[in-house]
Amino acid sequence: MNKGNSKLNAFLVPVLAVILGMIVGALIMLAMGYNPIQAYSLMFQGIFANPYYMGETLRAVTPLIFAGLAVAFAFRTGLFNIGVEGQFIVGQLAAAWVGISWDLPPVLHAITAVLVAMIAAGLYAGFAGWLKARLGVHEVITTIMLNYIALFSANYIIRNFLKGASEGTKDILPSASIASPFLSNLFEGARINWGLFIALGLTLLMYWLLWKTTTGYELRAVGFNPHASEYAGMNVSKNIVLSMVISGMLAGAGGAVETLGVYGYMVISAGFTGIGFDGIAVALIGANNPFGVVLGALLFGGFSFGADNMQRAEGIPTESIQIVISMVIYFVAASAIIYRLLGVFRRRREEVQS
Amino acid sequence: MNFSDVLVTILNGSIIFATPLILAALGGVFSERSGVVNIALEGLMVIGAFAAAVVTIFVGESLGVPGWLAPWIGMLAAMVAGIIFSLPHAVASIDFKADQVVSGVALNFLAAGFALFLVKKLFEGAGQTTTVQNVFTKIAIPGLYEIPVIGPGIFNVYGISYLAMILVGVSYYVLYKTPFGLRLRAVGEHPRAADTLGVNVRRMRYMAVMISGALAGLGGSALSIAISSNFQHATVSGHGFMALAAMIFGKWHPAGAMGAALFFGLATALSVSGQVLGLTEYVPSEFLNALPYLLTILALAGVVGRSEAPAANGKPYETGSR
Repeated sequence: MNKGNSKLNAFLVPVLAVILGMIVGALIMLAMGYNPIQAYSLMFQGIFANPYYMGETLRAVTPLIFAGLAVAFAFRTGLFNIGVEGQFIVGQLAAAWVGISWDLPPVLHAITAVLVAMIAAGLYAGFAGWLKARLGVHEVITTIMLNYIALFSANYIIRNFLKGASEGTKDILPSASIASPFLSNLFEGARINWGLFIALGLTLLMYWLLWKTTTGYELRAVGFNPHASEYAGMNVSKNIVLSMVISGMLAGAGGAVETLGVYGYMVISAGFTGIGFDGIAVALIGANNPFGVVLGALLFGGFSFGADNMQRAEGIPTESIQIVISMVIYFVAASAIIYRLLGVFRRRREEVQS
Repeated sequence: MNFSDVLVTILNGSIIFATPLILAALGGVFSERSGVVNIALEGLMVIGAFAAAVVTIFVGESLGVPGWLAPWIGMLAAMVAGIIFSLPHAVASIDFKADQVVSGVALNFLAAGFALFLVKKLFEGAGQTTTVQNVFTKIAIPGLYEIPVIGPGIFNVYGISYLAMILVGVSYYVLYKTPFGLRLRAVGEHPRAADTLGVNVRRMRYMAVMISGALAGLGGSALSIAISSNFQHATVSGHGFMALAAMIFGKWHPAGAMGAALFFGLATALSVSGQVLGLTEYVPSEFLNALPYLLTILALAGVVGRSEAPAANGKPYETGSR
C-alpha cells in the first residue's frame, strides 16, 4: 500500500468507525423500542441548538483533552497510565490549595496554581513510574491503587485543612480564577473558560516534544521497543519515570482547569469523576496522536453531553451513546474488520509482510 | 467484642470480599495464559453482576422459583452472559489482530453502557434494579463450623465463596495437570511451536477467553447477589481492575491470584469493619479506606518484585507466521 493510500486510511478508519458505531447503537435502540433518528437528532440539538449548549459542550470537552493527552502520552512511550483519574484529583487539590491559601497578583496567581498542580500530579504519577523503573512493579496496578489513595487523601485534606461552608473547600480567590466572563458572555453564560486554550497549547507542546525533540524520539523509541532502545544506549528507566511525570503533569493541568475555571472550589467526593477513564477512550479514538486526541475529545465529550438532552426530552437512556462510543473504540481497535468490510483487506499483502 | 470475635469478623470478611476478585482473577489467568490480554474483566464483571441480579429477580419473584434456588440460576445466567460478552473481545483479538488493550477498554465501556441501558429500560427509568429478594445466604458447614475462630471465620460463607475456592483447585489442576492446560499455556508462551505440534492456536485462545468470560461473570454475580443485593452503576466499580491486579500480583497462577485476592479481601475487611471494631477512634476513616490500596503498593514494592507475563501475551498469532 503506498503512502497516500495509508494516509487516506488513517482518516477513513476513524470516520467509518464512528458511522459503524452509530449504526450499531441505532440497531440496539431500535431493538429496545426507541427511535434512533429522533435520538440522534436530539443529541445533536443538545450540542448545537444554541450558543449556551455549544459553550457547555466545549466546557465538557476541555478536561477530556487533558485526560486524553495524558493517557496518549504514556501509551506513546509504552506505558498504560490508568492513574489519570488520581492525578487529576491531585491537580484539582493542589490548584485549590494554591488558589485558596496563596496570595498573588491576578494572572500570576492562576498561572502559579496551574503549574503547582502540574508539578504535584507529575510527581504523583512519577512515583508509579519510579516503582516500575526501580522495582519492576506493574504500572497498571500501582496507578489503579494510587487513584483510590488520591481520592481518600484528598477528602481527608479537604475535610481537615481546606474545608469551607459546605461539603467542599472554600472558594478560590478571584485572582486565581481562569473563568472568562468574555467567553462566557459569548456563549450565553456557559462555563467555558481559558482552560480550553491551555488544553490546545499543551496539545501543540506535546506534538513538539514527541516529534521534534531528541527526548521525544527516545521516549517513543522506548515505547516501541524497550530492549532495542536499551541496546542503543538509551536509559530506559529514566525514560519510564520521565514519561509518567509528563503524563501526570498533563492530567494535573486538567484538574487545575476544572477547579480554577469551572467550579472555583473542590468537593469532598465519594467516587471518581470518571474523566480519567474517559481519557483512555479519548486517547484510543485519537490513535494516541495529540491532534487526534482533540478530535476524540470533541467526539466523546460532544456525544456524551448531547446525550443528556436525549434523556431529558424523550427518556432515551444516555447509555445508548456510551454504547455508540464503545463500538467506535472497538472498531478503531479492530480496524481489520473495517478493512474487510471495505474489501481492501488484501491477504496477499499480509503474507508478503510476514 | 473480644479478641476472637474480632478475628472471626476479619477472617470472614476477608473471604467474602475476596470472592469476586478470586473468580475474576482466575478468569484473567486463563485468558492471559493463552496469550490474550484481558483488561475487559471489569466489563465482564459488570455484565455478570447485571445478569445475576436481573435473572434472580425474574425467576424468584415472577416465576416463583424457590428462594434458595433462584440465586444459583442467576449465577448461571451471569456465566452465560459473561461468555457471550467475551466473544467480541475474542473475535477482535484473535481473528482481527486488534490491539487487545484497546479492545478490552471498548468492552468495559460497552458492558457498563449496555447494562445500565437495560436497567433503565427494565426498571422504568431507574438507575438501579429493585432489591434482590433471594440473595445468597451464608452456609455454615456442619462439623467444620465448630472449630474455634477458623470455623465461624472460614466455614460460614456464601455458597459462591466455597465455589470460588474449589475453582482455584480445579483451575490449577486443569492448567498444570491436563493436556488441555499444557496446550493452553503453550499457546501463550510460544504459539508457533504449539502450532507446529498440531495445537489449534485459534481454538485454544477462543476457549480461554470464553472461560475467562464465564469466571469473570461469576465474580460479578458475587457482587450483586451476595455482597450487595442489587445492580447499579457502582456495583462493580473497579473490582475488575483489582482482579487484574490480583492476577498480576499472583504471577498469572491460580493459587497466587487467590492469595493476592485474599490479601485485598483482608484489607477491605479491615477498612469496612474499622467502624465496628472502633478503629476509627484512632485513625481517620479516610486512611482506613485507603489502606487496602496502600498495603498493595507496599507489598508489591517490597515483596513481589518483577512479574513477567506469559511470553506471547498480547500478541496476535497468524497460522504459519514465524
